Amino acid sequence: MKNDRDIIGRRALLRGATLGGSALILSGCDALNESDMFRSALRTAETLNQVAHRSLMDRAALAPEFPASDISPVFKTNGSLTGTSAEYLAHVGNKFADWTLRIDGMVANPMDVSLETLRAMPSRTQITRHDCVEGWSAIAKWQGTPLRLLLQQAGLSARAKYIVFHCADSYGAQPYYESIDLIDAFHPQTILAWGMNGDMLPVKYGAPVRLRVERQLGYKQAKYVMRIEATDDLTKFHGGKGGYWEDVGDYEWYAGI
Amino acid sequence: MAENLVQRHKATTRIWHWLNALALTVLLMSGLMIFNAHPRLYWGEYGSREDRAWLEIDDTRTTGFVKIGSMTLETTGVLGLSLGADDKVRRVAFPGWATIPTRYNLGAARRWHFAVAWLFALGLAGFMAASVLNGHIRQHLHIHKAEWAPKHIWRDVKNHARLRFDAHNAGTYNILQKFSYVSVIFIFLPLMILTGLAMSPAMNAALPWMHDIFGGRQSARSIHFICAALLFIFVLVHLVMVFLSGPINGIRSMITGKVAQARHVNVTGVTS
Repeated sequence: MKNDRDIIGRRALLRGATLGGSALILSGCDALNESDMFRSALRTAETLNQVAHRSLMDRAALAPEFPASDISPVFKTNGSLTGTSAEYLAHVGNKFADWTLRIDGMVANPMDVSLETLRAMPSRTQITRHDCVEGWSAIAKWQGTPLRLLLQQAGLSARAKYIVFHCADSYGAQPYYESIDLIDAFHPQTILAWGMNGDMLPVKYGAPVRLRVERQLGYKQAKYVMRIEATDDLTKFHGGKGGYWEDVGDYEWYAGI
Repeated sequence: MAENLVQRHKATTRIWHWLNALALTVLLMSGLMIFNAHPRLYWGEYGSREDRAWLEIDDTRTTGFVKIGSMTLETTGVLGLSLGADDKVRRVAFPGWATIPTRYNLGAARRWHFAVAWLFALGLAGFMAASVLNGHIRQHLHIHKAEWAPKHIWRDVKNHARLRFDAHNAGTYNILQKFSYVSVIFIFLPLMILTGLAMSPAMNAALPWMHDIFGGRQSARSIHFICAALLFIFVLVHLVMVFLSGPINGIRSMITGKVAQARHVNVTGVTS
């Protein structure tokens, strides 16, 4: 069997020329990357990004919406392609007829909302762009219930600061979850989408409902949402950073960039 | 030939030059890691694996390649497929020695990129403001009417081709230098910032015209990449020119501000 070096061959030697200089920079950067102090310095800049966005931008500014002709011919599927819990799979078999969305936590009236009730509520339809943290984008038409209507119905506590979305999919042991602040939770384009491109939201895109929080990246757009919990503290959930990829991939909680 | 030290670079120019050199290096290398997360470029508003890319870097498991339009270039060992420091094959667009961090880590690369972007953007803004106030633009970068003459430009091209650099005018920039510095400072560096901002979904909501002028988010991403490549080429040429025109003098002048100028002896033998 050939070893890796043989496969690549002598071309690999090309890198030798550039290796010297960049190795010096890299070993330094990698070492810095391992340093807790340096990482927290970089995180300060991350907070600066969030603060700059929140303080300089109109908090109600709408994400761009597009004409139907701009819809991606094929919307790339990403992340989980189905929920994984036994409960979820039973709901798929039953076409979500008995599925309910749990809304609880720091609310006056915890509720369970059926898909039918959700669809009967006033809805918003928007053709928006989904931007993955990796760099690709896809455009689709989403129809769903504005999150603020549900939060108002449930009587959100004045002490609540974040809305947490618990999902039915999981990677390995940890279930997917996400969270947003109240600025985004009450934003007019923040909806629980149950329709996509004119049809019911397909399972691979997050049926029965997924979050659309249009001014942030794709990993915030939680699929297979089962429960919405209002809270004032994100550290008590799973890894404590407010979302699956924030915990596992060290992605930023504020994903506006 | 006697050396005569004359003032060349203002302090603000020197400080910004080195700050910017550091920032651009980190931005380029962390940017290549971010690119590795999705090594494909598109035109328009959207683009993903489901759509046609105008540029992609990929591998066949045994060879690496770059595809631009319908043209495919084999790049095994460097792009698409390369060896890590542990001699294991890595199926990544840009090799570990060119990225920050070395191993694939999108979260860390984004954190580096967006932190250093502040240094870069504020540095550029500060340098521009200072250069207006202290006369750097007016004295050194401003292109005079006579310099626009095709004959003048052509003479400078010929001088460069012959590697003849005007040591008698070491305190000033020649026209090719002015063209490249002015376009880097006022076109390509600002374009990096604008196209970078145009990729932010929150920024798109706040300032929708910003991604509109580039023809969509994926176009902005493509232009960001192209400008980065052009800046990289600029830096390479810049380094070659520094080397060819006297590296010690050049680097010293960017540190201390002073440059050695050949004493100009005129026909009457009087030094001027």
